[in-house]
This record gives sequence, C-alpha cells and structure tokens, in this order.
Amino acid sequence: MASVEKIIEFRDVSKSFGELQVLRNLDLHVNAGEKLALIGPSGSGKTTILRILMTLEDIDTGHVLIDQDYLWHQQVEGKLQPASDKHLHKMRENVGMVFQQFNLFPHLTAIGNIQQPQMLVQGKDKADAQAKGMDLLKMVGLEEKRDHYPHQLSGGQQQRVAIARALALEPKIMLFDEVTSALDPELVDEVLNVLRMLASDTDTTMLTVTHEMNFAREFADRVLFFDKGQIVEAGEPKEIFSRPQEPRTQDFLKKYIAGIA
Amino acid sequence: MDSIIEYSPILIKGTITTIQLTLASAVLALTISFIVGLARFSRHRSVRAAAICYLEFFRGTSAIVQMFFMYYVLPLMGVHFSPLTAGILACGCNLGSYGSEVVRGAIQSVSRGQHEAALALNYTTYQRYRYVLIPQAIPVMIPTFSNLLIELMKLTAVASLITISDLTFMAQIIRVQTALTLEPFLVILVIYFIIATLLVQFTKLVERKFSKGRQVVSDGGR
Ligand SMILES: Nc1ncnc2c1ncn2[C@@H]1O[C@H](COP(=O)(O)OP(=O)(O)OP(=O)(O)O)[C@@H](O)[C@H]1O
Ligand SMILES: [Mg+2]
Repeated sequence: MASVEKIIEFRDVSKSFGELQVLRNLDLHVNAGEKLALIGPSGSGKTTILRILMTLEDIDTGHVLIDQDYLWHQQVEGKLQPASDKHLHKMRENVGMVFQQFNLFPHLTAIGNIQQPQMLVQGKDKADAQAKGMDLLKMVGLEEKRDHYPHQLSGGQQQRVAIARALALEPKIMLFDEVTSALDPELVDEVLNVLRMLASDTDTTMLTVTHEMNFAREFADRVLFFDKGQIVEAGEPKEIFSRPQEPRTQDFLKKYIAGIA
Repeated sequence: MDSIIEYSPILIKGTITTIQLTLASAVLALTISFIVGLARFSRHRSVRAAAICYLEFFRGTSAIVQMFFMYYVLPLMGVHFSPLTAGILACGCNLGSYGSEVVRGAIQSVSRGQHEAALALNYTTYQRYRYVLIPQAIPVMIPTFSNLLIELMKLTAVASLITISDLTFMAQIIRVQTALTLEPFLVILVIYFIIATLLVQFTKLVERKFSKGRQVVSDGGR
C-alpha cells in the first residue's frame, strides 16, 4: 500500500533564542499537498517554524527534512554534517514564503518584482518571465497595476503581488506568515480570497500561520494548535474548532471568540 | 584688476587642472568607497579587517602628509609618481575612506525584510547585493556623496603643494609675479565657488535620475 508522501518532517527539533526556548522537541509531519493552519498564542513559535523551513533561522538540535532530504544537514561520506551554503541553496528551491510585511522590492514595479526572481534564479529570459508574471498578476486580479511601484499600491495589493512573486518560482511548499495582519480590516478579504483559490486548485503544500479562525476553518485540511513551542493539539478544523480536547486549546479559542487573542 | 585679466590664460589652465584632479580623484574615491564599503560585509574576517585598517589609516591621517608620502617618500623606495598622479591618489584614497562609510551605512539602512525576501527567493549573495540592496542603498548615498564631492574639490587645493599647477598654485604664481595678494585669491575663491555650484547641480541631476519612479520606503518589517 502506497503511503502518502511526507514532504516535511520535523524530528525532535529544538530551538532557542538565548535563554528562551522557542521550540521543544517538536515532531511534525506534513503530507504532500496538505493545507495546514498553524494557530496559537503569540510567542508560541509559529513563525519560527516557517522561518526554519525557509532557512531564515537554523535549528539547535534534531532534524528537519523536506522531500526526504535533510534541510539543515547533509550526508558527507555517510555522516550527517551541517548543511553547506550550496546544499541550502538547493533545498530552498522547494520553498517559498510570503511575509507579514510583504517585503516587496520598492525599487521595482509589480511586474518587475515577479519577473526578476525568475530571471535571476531560474535563468528564464525576459519574455518568458514577463508572460508568467502577467498570468500571475491576472490571477491575483492586478493586471492593470503591472507598472505600479509598491508605494503606489495598497497593502492588500502589495501582498497579492508578493504572493504572485513567490508562486512564480513554483515551489512545492508555500509558507504564509500572518499575511493579513498588517492590513486594514477592509483589505483582508481580497488577500484571503487569493489563498482560498490557491488552496482549492493546486497540489502545493501550504502552511499558514493565521489569527483568522474562520479562514483557518475553511482553508485547512488540518489545524495545529501550538503553545510554548509544542503542538498541543492537531486535527481536522471541525474537530479543533468545535470539540477541542485540550484545556489550553479551549482556553485559546474562548479568548479568541471574546476578541482577546 | 587689469593685470589679473592678463593672467587669465593661466587661471583657465589652473581651473582645468583643478577640475581634472577633482573628477579623477572622485572616480577613484567612488571605486574605493564601494570596494572597501562592501568588504565590510564579507563573510571572511580577514577581508573585513583589511577594510577597517584601510578606513582607519586613511581617515586617521592627514591628506597632505599622505600626499607628501606618495610624492617624496615612495620614490625613495623606487615607486615614482608624477605630481598629478600623487595628487589623485592622495585625494582619492583619502575621500574613499569616508565614502566607504557612506556605502556601508546606506546598505545597512536597507531593512532586514529586504534581505529575507531576497533569501527566500533564493537569490545568491551576489544577486542579493547587486539587485536588491545596492539599488535601494544608492539613493540614500547620493546626498552624502555630493557633500563629499565638494569636500574633495576643496581638498585638491593641497595638491598645489607638490607643484601641481591647479588654481591655488596659479594664484601663488600671480601673487609672486604681480605682488598682488587680494585679487588672485579673490578670483580663485569665486572660481572654486562656481565649480562647487556646478558640482552640486550635477549631483542633483544624478539624484533625480536615481529616484525616478521610486520611493524607497523603509518598511520596518523583519
Ligand atoms: N531572532 C530572534 N531573537 C530573539 N528572540 C526571538 C527571535 N525571533 C523570535 N524570537 C522570540 O521567540 C518567540 C517565538 O517567536 P515566534 O515569532 O515564533 O512566535 P509566534 O508564534 O509567531 O508569535 P506571534 O503570534 O506573536 O507572531 C517569541 O517570544 C519571540 O520574541
Ligand atoms: Mg509570528
């Protein structure tokens, strides 16, 4: 019987910033194509998980695998050693990330932001990169903004360009870190709609850190509730949101409904 | 004043020499600024240390002494420079040390989010600097660089001390030959001021070119 392919594995991963332990012996498996929502109180380590996968943060102990290959290690003559820059560069091809603060390149237009990485990283010629860029801008509904610079776009528009930019490189895994929390409330939906669309029609594995519980409920195949660097509870959205088992989850959701979390 | 006008050919020559000296040392200083400034971000400790040594040495010692060293001392070690070359080297190396701090500071001012976005898109280190950080840092550098350019132009006056026939040197000649003191120096002050004004206009032009259509926002995000 063919088991579903595991695309991400955290094996006993710990991570500290100085005295502060952010991840504690974390084990996590994600299947290829799965849509995951990470929820939990502030400081519980959600962002850190994404940043480790994006190689923006390293790990202290344990192992992280992407597509059966070590991310922060590599095999040299049968022994596991810390990953070289070259290995990290190769592994990064699998992953794309969208940030809370968009982080578009301010000196490039919308289309330039999407075009440049394709040309620099994938070696595409300008015409191909532009064609793909226009397709993606169309998909996020910003065709007519192609020549606008980031400062000429609203936050919601900037974030949609940032999503298109990450998608252009066709990563197997897409990471979304609270991509709507820097936005004015009326702009949240236009961005979430793009995510909903992506969730329904791609085999891309998606990990989303979010404080939008309604969105998590419809978007995710599986919801992980984090607290203090550990997974407290995981399951299908309807289970987690309707019948949370753990007191900490119940507490968090209660506070959320009361508008505190 | 008539006798000054009589000397206008050598004043024009001096003006041209001053401009040449300024532009050549500016090109050298700019090159050094980028090399030394970028070296400060090298992953190799020895490269960073070399850049700091350069900075501290050229910033910490007098430009005049540096120039005398190049013109009078180096020949004793078998290295000979023409006066003009020694002047260009001294002015360029000296201003290059200040310029390297401008480059370093401007690149550091680009937000962390920009570094991370480039890394997440799998840019190489070279691509990250070349296509993301430096283009955003250049508009930040330009105002300070234009001040340095004026400083440099004024610094070139010391080159007259090693017989380069720049404006200051020519003023001395006129003073000696005509026994006039106020007039030659007044005239070159005005000429220096006119050159400075032209340089400022030039840097404004460059600034406009680099900020066209862009607005560099520091987004403060991580
Ligand atoms: N580079 C760093 N240096 C020091 N401490 C850090 C660093 N990055 C994160 N932390 C700390 O680690 C803890 C976990 O951070 P993380 O960003 O993963 O939390 P989070 O679950 O994403 O929280 P939030 O919901 O507020 O975004 C926090 O207390 C944070 O202050
Ligand atoms: Mg976070």
